[in-house]
Amino acid sequence: MFHPRQARIGALLATALIVAGACTTSGATSKPTDGASLTPAPTAAASPLGGAIAIDGSSTVYPISEAVAEEFQNANPGVKVTAAFSGTGGGFKKLCAGETDMNDASRPIKTEDKPGAKSEATLCKEAGIEYVELEVALDGLSVLVNPQNSWVDCLTTAELKKIWDTGSTVATWADVRAGWPADPIKLFGPGADSGTFDYFTEVINGKAKQSRSDYTQSEDDNALVIGIAGDKNALGYFGFAYFEENQDKLKLVPVDSGTGCVAPSNQTIADGTYQPLSRPLFIYPSTRALERPEFAAFVQYYLENVNGFVDEVGYIEIPADRLQASKDALGSALQ
Amino acid sequence: MTMPAGAAGLLTRPPRRSERVIEASLFLAATVGVLTTVGIVIVLTFEALEFFRLVSPVAFFTGTVWSASIEPLQWGVIPLAVGTLMVALIGLVVAVPVGLLAAVYLAEYASPRTRNLVKPMLETIAGIPTIVLGFFALNFVTPVLLKPLFGSGLGTFNALAGGLVVGLLITPLIASLSEDALRAVPRGLREGAFAMGATRWEVVRKVVLPAALSGVMASIILAMSRAMGETMAVVLAVGTNPQLTFDPLESVQTMTAFIVQISLGDTPQDSLQFKSLFAVAATLFALTFGLNVLGNRIVARYRNAYS
Repeated sequence: MFHPRQARIGALLATALIVAGACTTSGATSKPTDGASLTPAPTAAASPLGGAIAIDGSSTVYPISEAVAEEFQNANPGVKVTAAFSGTGGGFKKLCAGETDMNDASRPIKTEDKPGAKSEATLCKEAGIEYVELEVALDGLSVLVNPQNSWVDCLTTAELKKIWDTGSTVATWADVRAGWPADPIKLFGPGADSGTFDYFTEVINGKAKQSRSDYTQSEDDNALVIGIAGDKNALGYFGFAYFEENQDKLKLVPVDSGTGCVAPSNQTIADGTYQPLSRPLFIYPSTRALERPEFAAFVQYYLENVNGFVDEVGYIEIPADRLQASKDALGSALQ
Repeated sequence: MTMPAGAAGLLTRPPRRSERVIEASLFLAATVGVLTTVGIVIVLTFEALEFFRLVSPVAFFTGTVWSASIEPLQWGVIPLAVGTLMVALIGLVVAVPVGLLAAVYLAEYASPRTRNLVKPMLETIAGIPTIVLGFFALNFVTPVLLKPLFGSGLGTFNALAGGLVVGLLITPLIASLSEDALRAVPRGLREGAFAMGATRWEVVRKVVLPAALSGVMASIILAMSRAMGETMAVVLAVGTNPQLTFDPLESVQTMTAFIVQISLGDTPQDSLQFKSLFAVAATLFALTFGLNVLGNRIVARYRNAYS
């Protein structure tokens, strides 16, 4: 017969599994882009490059890096590129620990030390990791609701702050604007490791990382898409590309920063009228990693072809002079 | 009366060396599990103490706001504990009646052939990878089963769907273990009751179930612990919103889901967030352990020993 002591041991083991799970899941977002291993060898003779490249960072930039990685691997079957998305901040921690070759970032690296907390730039410096900042694309951080939401046609930046700021008392849509339904508002947004979170809280709430915390947080933008698409009362924000990919499941909310309602689009992001939520996207290759020929080739390939991929995944090209500046910066780092 | 010399020699001769090697390796195998458990308890305790040097335990255990990564950081574990218990309880509400009735059917009513067919099939449910159950909750239970019932009050991620699939997951555990307990009740008891003119249902209800109560309770307690520790199904179905609510239609965050979320963000080892993982894990451990102690006492009180 089953003995109760077994129940106790079972519980201990259950706890053990949780702990073991906690230790192993850190790599779970890694998604190897396997193009290379699927491609047969004929082009191998054409490209002598070999090795492995590790990329991590912003889930906003991830679609671009993933697309670049896939094409690069098709052309260079000997190189294996692994792209992951643990957030801009999480990615910088890995870059500065020497665990990755390049970080995708949806904001510039942090350089200001705060009491008790070293900045990302300082952490890299102390570890002897140098990097190059390369601007690759533009994003219009987008505010989304469910397509069944019939009342929201525009939100002011003040209303967004009222909803998202620390200590917000907004619980229903009626709290946002009088006349809207008194149904509970369900909030979805990125977690604190995300550059999107940093950027949004800085421009909307006035200070990076200052935000209410009782909302569904995920570093995986697809989880946010699922959440908003399934709930009539949902509101959330993330990068423009994830909206473009899921246009039929989401409704885009124009934002009014005092000069009228503007919705993010290729044009309003490129010409700067979508304010204040349009922003540049970056990659940060490590200088030491650039000494490896396969990685140098990869980053060069990235900048040469980025515009094609940016269109494909739904972001906006940066002006030609700024792309040239990125290429020049890479050129001087490679000398 | 003389013993054959060889047999006497076998009894008095010191054990062979290979015998001792075998014994030692058997002992080692038996202690691996115990040592692992002890190791986990030690690690959890030390790391959690480290956390409690920086965050007051009072604030941790009585706080009602959990904000582990968004400033201002707040470490009130109650929202996570309520989320965990709510999901586990919904699971039990499903699994206890279904599992127990299934156990009664298998042990008392089913023919041996049916039992041999049904029991392994039931146990198969427990073998489904829990991430599949989570996906099932997110893409079927919530939109197809629950949405028509609850309408727009139901979130995409909600505790109810998570609790239901956790219930599905632990039903075979209760059914299988309770069935063993029911079948361990001596035949004589049943036959005595039948001889007194009791119907089959009366025998089950008044004789067999009370006699097997300690085993049945143990199965429920084990199932509760399993439900509280469940991770992947719950992360997908319930979401990651650490709000304090008792509404099962809302999205909450369980302790296990928090551990997954923080682990995904590549949190550095010396950060407060990383240490909080251990404090949360230790709390979860204490909860399940406390539950088991309570269960043991109940079991001891109602235990009937048959030899």
